[in-house]
Amino acid sequence: MSGLVGNNLTCYKQDRCLFQNLSIRLQPGELVHLTGPNGAGKSSLIRILVGLSTPDRGNVKCDGMYTTDPAFAKNILFIGHKAGLNGLLSAEENLTYWCAQHGLNVTGKTIHNTLEMMNLVGLEAVPIKYLSAGQQRRVALARLSLKPATYWILDEPFTSLDTDGIAMMEVALANHVSNNGAVIITSHQSLSGRAGPYRTEQLDYQL
Amino acid sequence: MWKWLHPYAKTEKAYQLCSSLSPWFWTGAIICLLIGTVWGLAFAPSDYQQGDSFRIIYIHVPAAILSMSTYVAMAVAALVGIVWQWRTAFMSMIALAPVGALMTFIALFTGAAWGKPMWGAWWVWDARLTSELILLFLYFGVMALYSAFDDKQQAGKAAGVMALVGVVNIPIIHYSVEWWNTLHQGATISKFDKPSIAPEMLWPLLINLLGFALFIGAVTVVRLQNEIVRRELHRPWVQQLACSKLDANLEHNDAV
Amino acid sequence: MSELYNGIIKRDLKLAFRQKSELMQPLMFLLIVVTLFPLGIGPGPDTLQRIGPGVIWIAAILSSLLGMERLFRDDFADGSLEQMQLSGLPLYQIALCKIVTHWLISFMPLLMLSPLLALFLNLTLSMYLALIVTLLLGTPIISLIGAIAVGLTTGLQRGSLLLALLLIPVFIPLLIFATSAVESAAMQLPYGPQIAIIAAIMLLALALSPFAVSYALKVSQN
Repeated sequence: MSGLVGNNLTCYKQDRCLFQNLSIRLQPGELVHLTGPNGAGKSSLIRILVGLSTPDRGNVKCDGMYTTDPAFAKNILFIGHKAGLNGLLSAEENLTYWCAQHGLNVTGKTIHNTLEMMNLVGLEAVPIKYLSAGQQRRVALARLSLKPATYWILDEPFTSLDTDGIAMMEVALANHVSNNGAVIITSHQSLSGRAGPYRTEQLDYQL
Repeated sequence: MWKWLHPYAKTEKAYQLCSSLSPWFWTGAIICLLIGTVWGLAFAPSDYQQGDSFRIIYIHVPAAILSMSTYVAMAVAALVGIVWQWRTAFMSMIALAPVGALMTFIALFTGAAWGKPMWGAWWVWDARLTSELILLFLYFGVMALYSAFDDKQQAGKAAGVMALVGVVNIPIIHYSVEWWNTLHQGATISKFDKPSIAPEMLWPLLINLLGFALFIGAVTVVRLQNEIVRRELHRPWVQQLACSKLDANLEHNDAV
Repeated sequence: MSELYNGIIKRDLKLAFRQKSELMQPLMFLLIVVTLFPLGIGPGPDTLQRIGPGVIWIAAILSSLLGMERLFRDDFADGSLEQMQLSGLPLYQIALCKIVTHWLISFMPLLMLSPLLALFLNLTLSMYLALIVTLLLGTPIISLIGAIAVGLTTGLQRGSLLLALLLIPVFIPLLIFATSAVESAAMQLPYGPQIAIIAAIMLLALALSPFAVSYALKVSQN
């Protein structure tokens, strides 16, 4: 079965049931907007889908591979609440090491161009901790154009981005989807028309 | 075996099992402890060398043996929990921990009290006592780690890993401390083929050993029930249970 | 392999050298603790020689606990660890690489400092040689087992004291065998058995710890 599929997922947090027997499917060419109130379990679901946490019941498969399969990660790109950037390293270093970890053959030139595209010219060599929150978010999002993954799984990617940044991101999402990519995104603001057509999945708060 | 055991991974079934086991454990524990302790303290012959002070072994030896076994039981529960992802396994592990720590403390306390007439000092750095002390630290570590987490499910897994690290270490610790020191008397109870202890002294000891084991079982079962109820307060079956208990109490009061 | 080397080991080494003061502090602590013993117990050369091996080992264990949290704390807090876990590299290999770099940056300086400590505590040459062998074989155990506890406590805000509580009892056999080896060397006795046991514990830890660490990190991420 193609696509990123979560089967009958059940998740407990602090002994509270967040969701039970939830099934979700994300296919190439789809943009899914995951909504729900705070504490409904959006982030938990996202973390289960990428394999960072294990569901109490159920499983996740991506193109037939389980999350435990080493090849599972090759086609997935996750950007979470935490930017995943070390404050002491510069944007360039952070991305270089990240590419090395993910086995991507990326030259310094490509990384430079990507950072330029994200409007970060002149900030490549500055330690991340001196950048503003929005600039840090841009560095984190620069990964989207570095790794050729089909499935983008983004948890609140618009946090602390300015309007330009959000617009740029939405265009990037639309492009990715039209190139037969798939995106699942959580965010509290709704997506604008720039992001193209999308499907909404609602997650309810359970007692 | 597997089919028989599997339903108890569910908290509700485990709770019911505990309810049905608990009276047996308590009765057995009380009977054995009464017989063993009275026999041992009052009727067993006194030792020709140590006089009456040796009688503390009826408390010391069972507590010491079971303090180790309880730790191993914890590690087994942790392993089951980690491998098959049973929530009840972690719960029983953490139900065992303070009971085991208590046993270790009893063994240490009685060991020290025994040391006073034997070696003339309350605390001697003897190999067994030192091992017990380190065991107590290991128990404390597991309990501290468990209480440090807010999410008790995560806490159970983390404490389980630590219990496993500890159980791999226990033999190493035991032999290292033995290496380090050579003060204690030889092992008394494991030499069943050529017992160095008279049978009339051994019987009360074995009965007390059984009594202590049943006591640990009884307390653990109650603690496990508490843990299950505490963690599942919002689940319907617990609320039903609470209501039925409440009703029973009210009826009882009405009758009075 | 090159992913692990370029992505993790080189990165961790670079980060370590960006924050040299954090590297130095445990070492200074070690030096100061060792200095305390002659002051507290008395500078008699025989006394120092007798307690020396134990003092050095206890100080090494305590000082290693200070910097231990650094193993995963920062990477966990800023989310780099999540990204590493999702890189497709097996988590146990990532853990092993981090343990190796941790050992390099926290115990190599200690080994270099050890001649000075031996001088302070009046150890003879044969004792010093035994000490070096025990440190070489024994300190990896501290990194390997310490990583498990760090992995477990890394999601907690107040983990550092807990870390000491969890780890010190586990290091007792190491302390016993290591000091016993140096004492045997002092009495011109063979100390092969102790060294063999330390090596065995080290290999056991090396075989099991990466898997335990990867499980611990998964628990922390949950």
